[in-house]
Amino acid sequence: MAHPTLAVLEFNLEGYRRTWRGSVLSSFVLPILFVIGFGLSVGSFVDAGGRLGGVSYLDYIVPGMIASTAMQVAFGESSWPVMSKFLWIRTYHAMVAAPLRIADIVGGDLLFILLRVVSASAVFVAITAIFGALHSAWAITVPLVAGLLGLATAAPIFAYAARLEVDGYFPLLQRFVVIPMSLFAGVFFPVESLPVGLRPLAYVSPLWHAVEVCRSATFGTGDIYPIVGHLGYLALWVVGGFWLARLSFRRRLIG
Amino acid sequence: MPDEPLIRARGLVKRFGDFTAVDGIDVDVHKGEAFGFLGPNGAGKSSTMRMIGCVSTPTGGTLRILDLDPTRDGPAIRARLGVCPQQDSLDPELTVRQNLTTYARYFGVSRRTARARAAELLEFVQLGERATSKVEPLSGGMKRRLTIARALVNEPEIVLLDEPTTGLDPQARHLVWERLFRLKQQGVTLVLTTHYMDEAEQLCDRLVVMDDGKIVAEGSPRALIEEHSSREVVELRFPDEALDAVAGKLDCLGERVEVLPDRILLYADDGDAAAAEVHRRGLVPAGVLVRRSTLEDVFLHLTGRTLVD
Ligand SMILES: Nc1ncnc2c1ncn2[C@@H]1O[C@H](COP(=O)(O)OP(=O)(O)OP(=O)(O)O)[C@@H](O)[C@H]1O
Ligand SMILES: [Mg+2]
Repeated sequence: MAHPTLAVLEFNLEGYRRTWRGSVLSSFVLPILFVIGFGLSVGSFVDAGGRLGGVSYLDYIVPGMIASTAMQVAFGESSWPVMSKFLWIRTYHAMVAAPLRIADIVGGDLLFILLRVVSASAVFVAITAIFGALHSAWAITVPLVAGLLGLATAAPIFAYAARLEVDGYFPLLQRFVVIPMSLFAGVFFPVESLPVGLRPLAYVSPLWHAVEVCRSATFGTGDIYPIVGHLGYLALWVVGGFWLARLSFRRRLIG
Repeated sequence: MPDEPLIRARGLVKRFGDFTAVDGIDVDVHKGEAFGFLGPNGAGKSSTMRMIGCVSTPTGGTLRILDLDPTRDGPAIRARLGVCPQQDSLDPELTVRQNLTTYARYFGVSRRTARARAAELLEFVQLGERATSKVEPLSGGMKRRLTIARALVNEPEIVLLDEPTTGLDPQARHLVWERLFRLKQQGVTLVLTTHYMDEAEQLCDRLVVMDDGKIVAEGSPRALIEEHSSREVVELRFPDEALDAVAGKLDCLGERVEVLPDRILLYADDGDAAAAEVHRRGLVPAGVLVRRSTLEDVFLHLTGRTLVD
């Protein structure tokens, strides 16, 4: 007998069967657009400025873009969908009436997001590899790091979404947290170029840690200890987020 | 009565903050029985059903289901329950069949068995032809029937139905009643809530009337009528007269007289005799209707005619 968590994953996959074409298409199109946009246009200006030394701008931002895309996919899959499964579809209410535990419900949904993020990142890695933006075999670990970031993003948002009664907060979260993070957490330029006062904001963001690890992987550089530290920090978000999500789900569903 | 009840509640309490939704109820539901919770809006029916469904923790009292403890053995109990909640919770984007097969998987039913059962259950609720259509465009009645089918995917021993037919047209209601009756014949224990007295009379072997979180009456529909109402009711209409004045002249006629805005109800064991006596006292009603007492009379008597909220 399959684990109940997998039954929840299966439910998600069953729904995804209707929309996968669109999402797979965008996971191919997005990297290609980035390669063209940054590799050929913006990149040529930056490279001409020589601020990144011998590194081409495209190669510099690819690992960051992968991480940032992972975060956005995770945000998209965990915000409105989770809220609507509480408020409108009442999917979760149906699930708790079955012999599932709260951990199965949260876990199954997170597994689905993990699969989505890992597969989208794998496509991103494959396409940018074709354009020669990757410099180390370690790049194959990038989808896994992206998956970890996806969980680190989704789990706390699950916890938050489970407490909402009205739509309306996610656009704020997107504008004031997700977008600033993708702009300033080391994706497009080193955090060291930020004013000193703003840097801590980048350092606490899960995205920056993932970007650092992904960049080490695509360049095959970096020391082991900082990498372990970054991964550990992401794992903390996953574990803490999962714990909070379970708590919120329980509060909402088992009244 | 068979031995140990499948559901046994003693002094069961549910509080939300300071508010007491279920206020110390005692309930026994036996195997193979159809048991009903009646009561006005906010009486605490759904709160009770959710505790029995192990998705809400009792605040006080004891509750045992299938001889297990809901707070400790929730998943084990839920594996043997079927639940049709008051609010539908179907996935509108999935097909009718997928809604059943994915739900069956939560109970550890194999994919193959899930498909077979879905086909069978869709025939059972007469949705076989809609198997591959999405749920979104289905009518309210179809969704309700699908929800009932979904409650049966694990071949439950007890089925909890919270207002299974609210919002359905008469055809759909009768279909649901007939299917629930068949389930009962197969030995499935039914626990339902309803606002329809005819539904309760049709389906329930035994029922309780809840009001304000408490049980105010308990018994079979027949016994409740006998206990709380007369055998018959005479409905008298006097369009041009002050009904209170008329009622004064009906003293000692029957067991009870009730004045409504548009008519007077006379509760009597022999309705025809009471109606004859009305005429003998010189009253000339514009309309006289003698009918049997119904559960609705009992319900309104016990829970009052005024709206609670
Ligand atoms: N989660 C909750 N938090 C606070 N109050 C609640 C909660 N659930 C129910 N109540 C309150 O408890 C009371 C009983 O509600 P319940 O849903 O059990 O009534 P009901 O008998 O099912 O009514 P209806 O016929 O309208 O479905 C209501 O006053 C309701 O507002
Ligand atoms: Mg209710």
